[in-house]
Amino acid sequence: MRPPCDPSKFIAEAVKSIPPSGIRRFFDLVSGLEDIISLGVGEPDFITPWHIREMCIHSLEKGQTSYTSNSGLPELRDELTRTYYRRYGLDYNPASEVLITTGVSEALDIAIRAVVNPGDEVIVVQPSYVAYVPSVILAGGKPVIVSTHREDDFSLTAETLKPAITSKTKAIVLNFPNNPTGAIMEQEGMEDIADLVVENDLFVISDEVYECLTYGGKHVPFSSLEGMKDRTVMLNGFSKAYAMTGLRLGFAMGAPDIIHSMMMIHQYSMLCAPITAQIGAIEALRNGKVEMERMVREYDRRRHFIVKGFNSIGLECFNPKGAFYAFPYIGDTGLSSSDFAERLLNEKRVVTIPGDVFGEAGEGFLRCAYAASLDDLRKAIEGMGDFVDGLKR
Amino acid sequence: MDEIIRHILEILENDARTSPEEIATLTGTSAQEISQTIAKLEETGVIRHYKTIVDWDLVGENYVYAVIELKVTLERNQGYQVIAERIYKFPEVRSVRLLSGNYDISLTVRGKSMKDVAFFVAEKIATLDQIQSTSTHFVLKTYKEDGVILHEPESIVRLPITF
Repeated sequence: MRPPCDPSKFIAEAVKSIPPSGIRRFFDLVSGLEDIISLGVGEPDFITPWHIREMCIHSLEKGQTSYTSNSGLPELRDELTRTYYRRYGLDYNPASEVLITTGVSEALDIAIRAVVNPGDEVIVVQPSYVAYVPSVILAGGKPVIVSTHREDDFSLTAETLKPAITSKTKAIVLNFPNNPTGAIMEQEGMEDIADLVVENDLFVISDEVYECLTYGGKHVPFSSLEGMKDRTVMLNGFSKAYAMTGLRLGFAMGAPDIIHSMMMIHQYSMLCAPITAQIGAIEALRNGKVEMERMVREYDRRRHFIVKGFNSIGLECFNPKGAFYAFPYIGDTGLSSSDFAERLLNEKRVVTIPGDVFGEAGEGFLRCAYAASLDDLRKAIEGMGDFVDGLKR
Repeated sequence: MDEIIRHILEILENDARTSPEEIATLTGTSAQEISQTIAKLEETGVIRHYKTIVDWDLVGENYVYAVIELKVTLERNQGYQVIAERIYKFPEVRSVRLLSGNYDISLTVRGKSMKDVAFFVAEKIATLDQIQSTSTHFVLKTYKEDGVILHEPESIVRLPITF
């Protein structure tokens, strides 16, 4: 008889070293509960605009269900380069400087794997999206955390970045507009960071998936700064701007060597992004501006509503300039982010995400997505107001 | 267009009952500024009217609607405006539009019964001097009215937490 086996001994050390996900734990707490109001959703509450869905359906009817080239449909890459030239004057070659990926998640993973050698340090700016640190660890790199603060509007400055740079630093991961704070970066601050990047010969991985969701200001891609195009790989996708989360379509734009290296990994893992989503994305770029702007205006109204709401119930809230998250400060209540979010869920059935899920710098805050109806936002604010009042008694 | 004006018009087009205070919250301005802007928009005719879209079927009031296509012969020195004004004064007429294509004018007419609508078209519209021909299409069911869907759409299930 063959002896029993412990499968866990086969698991790679890199996977074992990934810190447990706070968001996963919270997901388990929420699952199964009914009659909840969720501000925990990091996706638009709009359905993909009909004209985009219609193009996807039409392509399926025509039988377009094949692989595409590894890099993605040439029409989509052409459309993307035209879009970025028009928006920012950025001049990318569709044949060699664009890669279509399965969501920005894949683009992030392969960008880091294409750049990081074992032992390389990669600076991750927090609070930020939960995948950056694990992606660096899985690539054998060492994440080095730089925190942003409420006092600086959660913006990154060259001064806060400088002490984290060592001789082993290879790259910086940026994410503006930011998930979870909603912060953006002003061009002036970015120029100082660009100088630092050149001085220390670093590479920048810039996740700009919330690019189109800015309020009152124009987004500045890091690669559009002088001398930064070849030092930056810009990651982006269609999920947030065009409400296409489930279609899983992202892209990377950067120097030919970087894109080629990413494509080498991509072709042996994903092979290519789904063709149906790529056809939908072409339609989004060609004709999606009006619907996208309509959604942004709606988010803008909800942003005003939720920020005013939080301030009115005594939770000081930084005014986000991008994405669709509000990040109210709950530190004055005496509860930790996790305790606050867990008790709020159990007592008022309102789902928020504890800020510490996005790194230690997020402790004392909650991520509240305003990609929810005004009715839900109103009910959530009322529930949170009652909860905060109860804490004072 | 001024961004605030666009916000106000979109919010009111979506829900005319939204108060100036609420619009002020949604746009980050003051209620006074919103009230003044709305008053100006009303005065200048940008905002023409506030109305409610009713699903009369649900309260058992079975109105009959019909779309009437009209071919018109214009008289010397008279444009379409004259015939349109003549027609839109009838309370049965809900909308009047000048169209391109095979017909000149399209009406939407509401009556209590098909007979009502048929008599109205035959006696009041078809008998006008300028009307060459009419073509009446009765509405069997309305699925969407002025941007509002008249049935409960299926809700989409989203996960309560995502990244």
